[in-house]
Order: sequence, then C-alpha cells, then structure tokens
Amino acid sequence: MTVQPAVETQDLRKTYGDVVALGGVDLRVEAGSVFGLLGPNGAGKTTAVRVLTTLIRADGGSARVMGLDVVGDAARVRERIGLAGQYAAVDEILTGFENLEMVGRLYHLGRAASHRRAGELLELFDLVEAGDRLVKTYSGGMRRRLDLAAALVARPPLLFLDEPTTGLDLRSRMALWEAIEALVGEGTTVLLTTQYLDEADRLADRIAVIDHGLVIAEGTSNELKARVGGERLEVRLEDHERSDAAAAALAEIGDGGPARVDGVVSIPISHRRGAIAAAVRRLDEARIAIDDIAVRSPTLDDVFLTLTGRATEPEDESEVEARTG
Amino acid sequence: MTALVHAASDTFVLSKRSLFKIRRQPDLLIGFTVQPVMFVLLFVYVFGGAIATPGYDSYVDFLIPGILVQAIAFGGFVTALGLAEDLQKGLIDRFRSLPMWGPAVVSGRILADVGTNVIQLVIMLAVGLVAGFRFSATAASVAAGIVLLLFIGYAFSWVFAFIGLSASSPEASNAYGFTILFPLTFVSSAFVPIESMPSWLQPVAENNPFTIMVDAVRALFLGTPAGNDVWGAVAWAVGIILVFGALSVWRYQRAVTR
Repeated sequence: MTVQPAVETQDLRKTYGDVVALGGVDLRVEAGSVFGLLGPNGAGKTTAVRVLTTLIRADGGSARVMGLDVVGDAARVRERIGLAGQYAAVDEILTGFENLEMVGRLYHLGRAASHRRAGELLELFDLVEAGDRLVKTYSGGMRRRLDLAAALVARPPLLFLDEPTTGLDLRSRMALWEAIEALVGEGTTVLLTTQYLDEADRLADRIAVIDHGLVIAEGTSNELKARVGGERLEVRLEDHERSDAAAAALAEIGDGGPARVDGVVSIPISHRRGAIAAAVRRLDEARIAIDDIAVRSPTLDDVFLTLTGRATEPEDESEVEARTG
Repeated sequence: MTALVHAASDTFVLSKRSLFKIRRQPDLLIGFTVQPVMFVLLFVYVFGGAIATPGYDSYVDFLIPGILVQAIAFGGFVTALGLAEDLQKGLIDRFRSLPMWGPAVVSGRILADVGTNVIQLVIMLAVGLVAGFRFSATAASVAAGIVLLLFIGYAFSWVFAFIGLSASSPEASNAYGFTILFPLTFVSSAFVPIESMPSWLQPVAENNPFTIMVDAVRALFLGTPAGNDVWGAVAWAVGIILVFGALSVWRYQRAVTR
C-alpha cells in the first residue's frame, strides 16, 4: 500500500496579467516530511501556498491536499491545514491569549476547549507571561511565534509556513526553527517557503528551487549542495575588464567552472585550506589586482547562479503586483 | 443546522473582536461619541440661526432626524477601516484559511456596528433633547423611527464593508467614504429645506435616498405627512443591503493580503 502524499500538484498555473506566478508546477510532499520551497522574492512561492491553502484559485492544473481537491473540497481542506505567514497574521489590538482563543472558536472547538488550547500553546511557545498583553507590544519574534501558535490551534496534520523567519534577527530565527523542529518531531507535515538556503538546509527533507513560477531543481539538501559545489572562493577585482583573465588564472584551483558577475569571479572549491593563498599567488603572477578575496558557504544566490547562470534579481514592481494581485 | 449554528457563532466571535478593538482604540470611540455631538451643537447653535425651516417649530426639530440619519449611515465607517486593516495585515489570509463561515468576517463587524450605532443614537438623542428637540408623534411611531434608523445604519455598514474590501489601504477606504458619500448626505433635506437650493440642484436632492430616509424619520418622529417616504426608505435600505451584501461577499471570497 502506498501512503497518500500530503500535497500533490500537477501542472499548476497562475498568471497575473503579464506576470507568470506559477508556470506549471508539479510538487509532491510526502506525509510526515518537511518540504522546502526555495526561491527569491516573486518566484511564485507565496502564490503556490495561497493556491494550496484555498485562498486563491489556480488558472490551470490541479492540486490535492491531504487527498482532497483544493477547489472542490476547499472546506474540508481548511479543516486539515494550518497557515502561518510572513505577514504574522495576528490581531494587534487583541492579547496573545485572545488571538489564540478566537482562532480556536473559529475552528469550532468550543469555548472551553479553545480556552484550554490557547493556554497550552502560550506555554509551548514561551508566551505565558506575554499572554495577557496586547500583541502590539510584542517583538517581531514573539509575533511570529504567536502566528505559528495560531496555525497550530486545531492540531492540523499539515502546516504551511510562508517565509516563517523573513525579517527576524538571528536569535528569533533559531528559536522559531527549534519550535518547527519540535512539531516535525511529533509527525506534522510541513511545507515551508523560504529565501534562505540555510533555513531550507536545516529544516527541509526535500527542497524544490523555484524561479519565475517554475521548479528548476528538486532534491535533498545534499543533492542540491552537490550541484552548487559546496564552498566558493570569491575574488573581487579592481579592474572589471580582467574578469576573463582572472577566471582563466583560477580555473585550476577550482572544483568546477568559474562564474563572473560584475567584476566578481567566483569558483567552487573542494578544499578550503590554502585556497586563498593559491588564488592570490596565481592572480599576482597574472598581474591582476585584487580588491577583496574570501571563501564563503553557498547561499541562495549561488544556487541560482549555478542553476540559471544568473544572480537573483532584486524585487521589482511586477513582482509586488504578482503577490498582491 | 450545524452550519447555521456555526455561522451565528462565527459572527458572534468576530463581533466580540470588533467591540474589543473599539474599546481599546480611544480615537475610534471619539469618532462615535464626541464627533456627532459636536455636529449637533455646531448645526443648532452656529448654522441654525441662518437656516429658515418653514413648517417646523424650530430648527432643532428639523435638524435632529437629518443629523441622526447622517451619523448612523456613517456609523459603519469602522467596518471599512477594520476590513482594510485586516487585508493589509494578513488577517484575511488567516481567516480565509480557517474552516469558518467566511462571511462572518464581514457580518461580525456589521453586528458590532449595530451595537455602536445604538450607543451613538442614545448619545445624540440625549444631546438633541437638551438642545431643545421634542418628539411630536405617538410612542409607537417614534419607536418605528428608531428601528428605521438602525436599519439604515445596518444597510450602510454593507456599503462600508464593500469599500473596505475594495480600497487599497485603510487610508484610501477612509477617503472613499468621506469624499464620495459624505457630500451626498449634504445634498439632501438633512440640514436645509430643499426649496432653498438652486432649482437645478433640487431634483438631485429630492431623489437622493438620504432625503427619502431623512423625511421618513422626520415623519415618524414629528408626525409630519409621510407620503411614501417610510416605505421608500425601507425599500432603499433593502436594496442597498442586497446589492452591497452580494458585492461584499464576492470581494471577500477573492480577498488576499495586499
């Protein structure tokens, strides 16, 4: 017997005017796993989550959540999912407790059960002391924790987290990661979207890289990192014109082909030790002046550079429109 | 049956939320209480002396029904503000992902509006009575007038719900309400007799639903000839509820956080 996937989409499409938010996306999230949807702003991550959480309808394709069609069975899908998002959708004028109790009542848990569950969740997310304070006095990290708690009120078997840590400081991110990991330990299936490779790396069993509404790579974190090539040596040149010469000089110490963007030559390396010294020596011999040189771990930018040959783009107007449309 | 119980319970839960908010945002409370009182005082004591109202014992008798209709029609502006805020802050996404009765997000707010409209009505009537307003109709007729006012307030809450769900921001929803609807209330019989307006404006004012509503409340409070005004006012209110109720639910079902 095969276990039914928690999420399954086929050729999911959505456009807003000229902007293709989803260009035919196939996803499969196994029950009990954590699936990361990784991509830059405007890649279509939020649109995908909104289709799967029944907030918007796709233009084409189909999606099933917990075996239920997101359009035909929307009401039953909503009983089985929790959503927490980058917007920290909690009411500022209510207290933390009132927010959770309200969500419980709207799940029709009943007054007493909503009350009890709100108390449990405040404890779970370390918000007991702040529970009776208005949310507008909360820090960003506290709001996200409350938002996550609100998504868990009805103990949904499937949780959607739309950029759960965007805009948070490092300590709050770590705290939220630990909370998510604890949930996963209890068997909750999670689909999370993120702009951060380290986040997907830490939390997700499988990652789909999404760009311009298309899945451009999918695999485990290790599989993706293998494609990106692990650590990279990055050299910023004083003279941008010499990028080609520098790439040629560095080719031998690299573990793959060099990439050139705006006077920065970067090349995957397999051994950190001695890499900088070797690079400096070679560039010096070729009489290429160095502005800056460093070894760094792969980021989302590197994944993109490797997979698409171009850097991630800054957010522009059309993408804002795509998210709001 | 359970569906009906859920719909009622969801509406109740969300109206409780709206009332919490009003209590905790003193500036909103001022909008409900101080502002209408200022309007009554301003019109009675500043403009009143310059406005002739033949056929009425005093300007305050003429004014109070008009200003009550205006105030109660705008009692729903918090609904527009609140829904626009929910859209901006992502709460609409949360509500729409819950297995709740969707329209409760709107109906809960409107139920809260009815509550605040009652408070507003009591305050304004008290100020009006102090300023010299007197009912001159039977108790049953006055009671019918109060019910009609609350019904008008309920109808306009749906207009504001649609504005709140359509506007790009809370500020924009405020602007729609006060630049489009507010002037409309003045081109009516609410504050001055229509006969005092230029002849080209008179037909506009006469057919303005506000005029029909104000005249209906006047007839019920003062015993002036009602004609078809009361039924006209009810028909307008029902029409507004049907049209803007449908439009609001339609907008809500497509609403996502901006």
